[in-house]
Amino acid sequence: MQHTMIALVENKPGVLNRVASLFRRRNFNIDSLNVGQTEKPEISRMTIVVDSDSADARKVEANLYKLVNVIDVQDVTGQPAVTRDLALIKVKANLDQRAEIANLASIFRGRIVDVAAESVIVEITGTEDKIDSLTELLRPFGIIEMVRTGQVAMMRGSLAPVRHLPGAGSNGHHHEEFVN
Amino acid sequence: MELTGAEILWESLLREGVEVVFGIPGGASIPIFDAMLKYPIHHVLTRHEQGAAHMADGYARASGKVGVAMATSGPGATNLVTGIATAMMDSSPVVFITGQVHSYLIGGDAFQETDVTGITLPITKHNYLITRADQIAQAVCEAFYIARTGRPGPVLIDICKDAQIEKAEFVYPDKIELPGYRPPRTAPAHLLKKAAEMIYQARRPVILAGHGVLISHASEEVQKLARKTQTPVAMTLLGLGSMPASDPLSLGMMGMHGEAYCNLAVQNSDLIIALGMRFDDRVTGNLKTYAPHAKKIHIEIDPSEVHKNVVVDLPLLGDLKTVLNDLLTYIEENQHPEWMAQIEEWRSESDSRNILYWPDDGKLYTAHIIRSIWEITGGDALVATGVGQHQMWAAQYYSFERPYRFITSGGTGTMGFGVPSGLGAWFANRQEDVWVIDGDGSFQMTQAELSTIVQEGANVKIAIMNNHFLGMVRQWQEFFYDSRYAGTPLTGPNFVKIAEAHGIPGRRVTTRAEIKPALEFAKQTPGPVLLDFFVEKEEAVYPMVPAGADLHNMIRRPVWQSQGTA
Repeated sequence: MQHTMIALVENKPGVLNRVASLFRRRNFNIDSLNVGQTEKPEISRMTIVVDSDSADARKVEANLYKLVNVIDVQDVTGQPAVTRDLALIKVKANLDQRAEIANLASIFRGRIVDVAAESVIVEITGTEDKIDSLTELLRPFGIIEMVRTGQVAMMRGSLAPVRHLPGAGSNGHHHEEFVN
Repeated sequence: MELTGAEILWESLLREGVEVVFGIPGGASIPIFDAMLKYPIHHVLTRHEQGAAHMADGYARASGKVGVAMATSGPGATNLVTGIATAMMDSSPVVFITGQVHSYLIGGDAFQETDVTGITLPITKHNYLITRADQIAQAVCEAFYIARTGRPGPVLIDICKDAQIEKAEFVYPDKIELPGYRPPRTAPAHLLKKAAEMIYQARRPVILAGHGVLISHASEEVQKLARKTQTPVAMTLLGLGSMPASDPLSLGMMGMHGEAYCNLAVQNSDLIIALGMRFDDRVTGNLKTYAPHAKKIHIEIDPSEVHKNVVVDLPLLGDLKTVLNDLLTYIEENQHPEWMAQIEEWRSESDSRNILYWPDDGKLYTAHIIRSIWEITGGDALVATGVGQHQMWAAQYYSFERPYRFITSGGTGTMGFGVPSGLGAWFANRQEDVWVIDGDGSFQMTQAELSTIVQEGANVKIAIMNNHFLGMVRQWQEFFYDSRYAGTPLTGPNFVKIAEAHGIPGRRVTTRAEIKPALEFAKQTPGPVLLDFFVEKEEAVYPMVPAGADLHNMIRRPVWQSQGTA
C-alpha cells in the first residue's frame, strides 16, 4: 500500500541528492517525492510517497534518520491529514470541445488556465484519486502532455503526526511504536 | 586571528587531538601540505591513497580515536574510495580530507576535478564540500563529532584549493548544532524490564557480540551479563575479543566459518541477545531457517539495523554500554547447566576435528603457523589481516583474549587491508607487537606500503600465508564449481627478495619444524620482518556454511583418521 511520509530537512545544497541516493541505494521505490519551502527558511519539507508494506515503510524512516541533514520524519499514512497533488493537463481541444472540457474541469473544481487553437491546459488540485478520475475523463479527447507535482501533505488541526523512531518525539524515544 | 584555510584546517585538527595523518599530496592539496610543516602533526607519506585510507582505519580501530587520511583531488580522492567503503561497512571513525579544484572551476571538468562528494555520498556517514576558508573549522568540528559518535563511520571533507589559500578569521566552534543528528542513548525502563524477564525465562540463551561491543567499550558489561546469567557468548568476526577466548562461556566466532558448536548453539537457542551486531548474511546463513526457536532481543544504536535482516521480538535502541548497564540492574542470576552441557558435547565433537591436534604429515598448514604466532606473542599481539582464508584462520586460531587486538576488514572484505591497517595500528601504540597475517593475493594488492613501513621505521612483522592461490575463491571453486580454478592460481613473486629489496629481513618457511625458529627470528630482529610461509596449496577453511545455506548445515573438516583414505 501507499505510505505517505513527511521529512523535514535542512535547507542545504545536496540534501535532495542525499535523499534520492538513499532511496536508490536501499532499493526503495518512490511513487512521488515533492520538495518545497516551509515557514522556516532554513528548513525544507519533503513529502515522500512510497509503495511498500509497513515493515518497509519503517525501514525508509529509519534510513532517512541516518542522514545527518534529516531533522524529522512523520508518517501521515492513514492519519487525518490533508493531501494534495496539482496537475497541469494539456488536452487536444477544438472550438467545439472547449466547453465540454471546461465543464468537466469545473465539476472537479479544476479550471482552464490556457487556451490555444488546438488545445487547452487544465489545472486541477486535489487528492491523487480525484486527479486520476479527471485524467481518465479527459483521455478520450487526447492528452498531449501532463505534469503532476506529486503529493504534499499536512496534518489537520493540532493533531500530532506519528513518529516511529528515536530522536523524533518529545522525549526522544518511541520504542513502542517501533516494535510494532 | 586571520589564517589561511590550510592553517585553519591544521589548527582544527590539532584541537581534535590529531597526532598523525596518512596521505599523499597533489596539485589541489599543496597549500594544505605547505601549511602542515608549521604544525606538530606527523604526516605519513603512503605509496597509494588506498594505503592511507586503510592506515587511518587501522589507527582508528587500534586507538579508538578518529583516524585521518588525506588525498588530492581527482585520482587521489578516487583511490581512497575502497578504503572509505571499508571504513563505512565496519563503522570505523575516519575523517578523510581531500583537495578539490578552485571553487570557480567546479563543474567545468577542470584538470583532476572529480565529483568526490557525489562519489562518496553512499559510502560516507556524511560529507562536506568546502568552498570558503571560513567554513573549514565548523566542518572539521562537525566531521570529527559525527565520525566518532553514534554508530561511527567515515566523514569526508572536500576542500577547494581557493578555500585553502584565502584567509579567514579562525574561531574553533565550542558547540555543534546538528538538529538532525541525535543518536539514541538508552531504552526506557519498562522495555529493559521486559528484556530482563525474557532473559530470565530463557533455557537456552546465547549472546551474540558484534563490533558494537568494542565500539561502545562494553566488553566488561557483556561479560557481566554473560557471567551473571551463565549465558554463552558467540562473536562476530569484528566482535572477537568481546569475551576472552579462554573463557568457558566463549563460543568463539559464529557464522560461515564459525565453530560448529557455536553455530549449533545459535540454531538451537531459545533466546538470542544480539549486541551491537547486524545479522550480516555471513553470520546468519539462510534467514528462513535462522535460529528458528529463538526469541530475539536486539540492542543496537542504529535504528535502521533493527528488523533489517532479522525481525526481532524486542529492539532496545541506544548506546550499548549505557543500555547494558541499565539492563544489568534488572538482571537476576541464573544457570543453564543442561544447555551448557549440550554445548560442551558439541565442543568436544569439534575438538576431535581440530587440525591443531594433527601430527606432522610433512605439510605446512596455516592453522599451525597462526597458533605458533599466538604462542610467541603471548596471545596479545595486534593482529591485522588481509581478506580470505588466512583471515578466517587468524580469526579461528589466534584466540583473542582482549578487544581491539584484531584489525580486519569484515563488511567489505577488502583484500590488501592487512599491511596498511597493521602499519596504521602500529601508530596507535608503537610499543605493541604488530603482526600482519596476510595472504599472497592480499599482500600483493598493497605491497607498495612496504616502503612506507621502512620510511617510518615501523616495527611491523609480516607473515604471508602463501598458497599460490587466491585461496578463498579457490576453495569455493573446489566445493561449488567442480574444482575449476578459473583465475585463482598465482605465480610468485619471491616475497623474501621483495622484502630484502626494501631492506627488510625475510625468510621462507616450508615445513612445520621451521615455523618456530622463523617466528623466533622475527621476534628477535628489531624492526620489520617478512616471513613467507609456503603453505598447503589446496587446504580449505572449515567449517563452512555455503552461502545461503542453513547455519547448521556446515561442511566439516574430515577427522584425521579418514585423511589417508579420503
